[in-house]
Amino acid sequence: MPFIPHTEADVSEMLSTIGARSIDELFEEIPAEFKGASLAGVPAARGEMEVARLLTERAAADGRLLNFIGAGAYEHHIPAPVWAIATRGEFYSAYTPYQAEASQGTLQLIYEYQSMICALTGMEAANASLYDGASALAEACLMAVRANRGSESRRILVPRTVNPTYLKVAQSIARNQGVEFEITEFERRSGRVDMGALRRARGGGPCTALVIQQPNFFGNLEEVDALTDWAHTHGALVIAVVNPTSLALYKPPGEWGGTNDGWRGADIVCGEGQPLGVPLACGGPYFGFMATRLSRVRQMPGRIVGRTLDAQGRPGFTLTLQPREQHIRRGKATSNICTNQGLLVTAATIYLSLLGPAGLGRVAAACAERTEALVRALSRIPGISPAFDSPRFHEAVLKLDRPAAPLLAALAGRGIAGGLDLAASHPELGHAMLVCATETKLDEDIESYARALRDLLSTCASR
Amino acid sequence: MSENVPDDLHYTRTHEWIRDLANGQVEIGITDHAQDALGDLVFVEVPQVGRELKAGEACAVVESVKAASDVYSPVSGRVVARNDALTQQPELLNSDPYGAGWLMRVARGDAPAGSALLKAAEYLQYIKEPA
Amino acid sequence: MREPLIFELSRPGRRAASQFPPEPDSGPANIPAHLRRATAPALPEVSELQVVRHYTRLSQLNFSIDSHFYPLGSCTMKYNPKACNTYAMLPEFTGRHPLAPEPQGFLACMYELQEMLKEITGMQGVSLAPMAGAQGEFAGVAMIRAFHRARNDHARSEIIVPQAAHGTNPATAAMCGCTVREIPCDASGSIDLEALGAAVGPATAGIMLTNPSTLGVFERRIGEVARIVHEAGGLLYYDGANLNAILGKVRPGDMGFDVIHMNLHKTFSTPHGGGGPGSGAVGVGPRLLPFLPIPLAGVRQGGFCWLAEADVPGSIGRLSGFMGNAGVNLRAYIYMRMLGRQGMVRVAEFAALNANYLLKRLTDAGYEAAYPTRRASHEFIITLRSESRRYEITAMDVAKRLLDFGVHAPTTYFPLLVPECLLIEPTETESKEELDRFCDAMREIRREMQRDPEKLRSAPHTMPVRRLDDVRAAKQLDIAWKPAC
Repeated sequence: MPFIPHTEADVSEMLSTIGARSIDELFEEIPAEFKGASLAGVPAARGEMEVARLLTERAAADGRLLNFIGAGAYEHHIPAPVWAIATRGEFYSAYTPYQAEASQGTLQLIYEYQSMICALTGMEAANASLYDGASALAEACLMAVRANRGSESRRILVPRTVNPTYLKVAQSIARNQGVEFEITEFERRSGRVDMGALRRARGGGPCTALVIQQPNFFGNLEEVDALTDWAHTHGALVIAVVNPTSLALYKPPGEWGGTNDGWRGADIVCGEGQPLGVPLACGGPYFGFMATRLSRVRQMPGRIVGRTLDAQGRPGFTLTLQPREQHIRRGKATSNICTNQGLLVTAATIYLSLLGPAGLGRVAAACAERTEALVRALSRIPGISPAFDSPRFHEAVLKLDRPAAPLLAALAGRGIAGGLDLAASHPELGHAMLVCATETKLDEDIESYARALRDLLSTCASR
Repeated sequence: MSENVPDDLHYTRTHEWIRDLANGQVEIGITDHAQDALGDLVFVEVPQVGRELKAGEACAVVESVKAASDVYSPVSGRVVARNDALTQQPELLNSDPYGAGWLMRVARGDAPAGSALLKAAEYLQYIKEPA
Repeated sequence: MREPLIFELSRPGRRAASQFPPEPDSGPANIPAHLRRATAPALPEVSELQVVRHYTRLSQLNFSIDSHFYPLGSCTMKYNPKACNTYAMLPEFTGRHPLAPEPQGFLACMYELQEMLKEITGMQGVSLAPMAGAQGEFAGVAMIRAFHRARNDHARSEIIVPQAAHGTNPATAAMCGCTVREIPCDASGSIDLEALGAAVGPATAGIMLTNPSTLGVFERRIGEVARIVHEAGGLLYYDGANLNAILGKVRPGDMGFDVIHMNLHKTFSTPHGGGGPGSGAVGVGPRLLPFLPIPLAGVRQGGFCWLAEADVPGSIGRLSGFMGNAGVNLRAYIYMRMLGRQGMVRVAEFAALNANYLLKRLTDAGYEAAYPTRRASHEFIITLRSESRRYEITAMDVAKRLLDFGVHAPTTYFPLLVPECLLIEPTETESKEELDRFCDAMREIRREMQRDPEKLRSAPHTMPVRRLDDVRAAKQLDIAWKPAC
């Protein structure tokens, strides 16, 4: 019996202690009319060897592609210690650290993680993580509505330079609470927020927050100072969506904007933590990070770990500010979230410790440089050109002279995941795709991509 | 159980107290019984001066390590003063709930909400009843 | 012996250099000065060995299933088979970008997982999209709302929950813009049907239930509950927190539920990871099928695919940036294949055997069962109300003292309905010897509360820290290390 240790002797001894004749008798309270479920559709048990073989075969069938897709999930080198330690049973098979004395390892690690997120974002208070970047934005929008009590509105401005899937997720999660999302256009030439469009949207009535993604969905760098000042001037909070790797190079959201009546920087910062040591893994699990000002910490959802003293005056760690959470505040909680993404936070904390400020900066710089190399290589191919003229981080939109979908399918046939087709999300760009090269892409990788694409474009008739 | 229920105040079933300041204003706080049930308070949030309150509206939050509780305004009216000392010293609410731990002062609107309020003896009776 | 913070080990210029990528030929020259970071982030500067040793030491400060008995009620802390992680971490799976062409091998696993979960729950459709139990709950209630809205029945915005419900139930209802109405339970832990009958009406969107309930007992009149709610026009939501108790014995779909969320990290043994990632797959009956959250694993033109907006136009939408906690779902799949249909039934059987055995042994030792006339399901509650009066100790004191015996504490103070309670769930993967050791510890603690209650009040004594000052933690908030200026 898989994973059940009982011998026949154990069973009969236990039943006799209980005073039951059979195990079935333990289920006597279930009405007979509901019993007798069929599990015919569940396959028979398989040993580890057989299941291992099945999984290995399926994995082999999926194979490995040379990946140039980003769009919210990024392929980075993951140092060997990261998962060797994160999968230690003491981290992997522990529960939420409610019993602080028996969970100091997890608690101290989360405290260190919170400190690192604060350091990266330039904020004062980070939570122990949320599910992923997209749902973190949804929670940030709900938090902004709670926090900006001076604002009469539940309207949030979202430029179309924000990841379109993030917007969809925010809508799924926040719309039941009456939060409205107003979408504003981007500048076609620069691929950045169109300030004029923002002003027009503001003309339609007050808004409680502005979402700024840096670098934005297209990979371009937004004018974050001007946007932050504009939002604050109009009484709107700034929700920053940032890539954590990029923060080694770029101005942290806590420093965005000038001083506006003592109001400086983004108000809520969130983003996808996956680039920090978490594998792509077909889409998850990842983790979302969130940080804010100390003055708004009680509006922030999710767990928070604090450092305190024990009964003998020694330092120790514990969950704090719990009355914000569902298990105490129930219907009035900041969110229904219970878990964080503890295991992924464990990986990220180890990753950031290994890289340090210099290493993370090196990764970020290498990503930016590799992406420029990719854009240069692909733009040499007739029919391909960069869509925007803005400075960018590690992604770029390329315009094509024909639809991207068939090209990308043909590239996949040659073992290359060439990019993300933008036809569905941004049709106004015409034929366009979003590409990414991280530090993992060598010159020869970029060359083989360029060669394959040149080949395809020259053999297929255009348009 | 705490039975410190001064005679000169009125009370609510949600454990607020009201002191009539005889100038059209009332002072509002939470009772000794309430602070005792909550335990050590770690955070108190009081409304902005100038805010218009309706009777029964949640207008302040008191938080201990094990609970966060809304405070409901017993009267309608405008907030004219709030106890900012509680921001730094929430423990005042534990040590002196009827004095230094007051929450806010409200200029009462027209409606005298008196009928719903409890006298000291009635409140004492109320908190002695088994839940 | 305190493990320093990683920041305290940091020295300027120290590096784990082999983890650095080669220096690029050209720096990031295109960063405009006003977008550049002025000072490097205050991350630690440490060697690879320092990192490995520091986090290994931190791990050793934890209790975990791999190292300790962990009878945490309502959390189903069963053994997490190593194979589930090993084969979910195959490089082809971990290396795959979610937006790359659809991986057929991986999707085959997701599709089959959906099919197995349908069979086990008696539902007609399953989505693996929700990333945790709470998100599964959210999806469930959002689907109930969408169902009523699609019928232009806009008045239905009230969710009924039993008093003993988990805190997420009312929090979820609020997130979905619903109001919550609580109904009481009777002395045997069953729902008060009269109160339920009085509570339902044209405003009822649905009811959220666990069965067995959070009180650890089976709701025997579930057929009647379903009839009352359905006749009033509401739907039934099954909170799968306690699915382990009935796996293969009775299916929520057969009991009349319209929607269920499952905690794959409980019932299907994916790791708790120190608090996540979980996975909160949802299953639905025919009425809610059009509203399932996306993406769903599906079949198109003979191949597996992700079904999205165009395929499920009535969907409540996306809950994550990509495919939910896909890797967690893969671990659940591996676990279920090893268990097979025979193993599923044994899960509930041996979980119940272990729980009832522990309950009997603890009551024999003098502890009071909260619901003495009832069978335990996969878990049960003891109440220390008389001990707390007699010896001036609390359930928390007993919980903390158990840590000294090398046992993780049961769930304390939940459900809120039962005073001074311990909610105990041994799970099916624990041996009789382990259960007996737990009973020995509880008997010893009972002797101590009579002879030396201070020993309980000041427990734990052998952990890395003593009890922590939670008031100080909340008042003098220290939630991030700051470099000394």
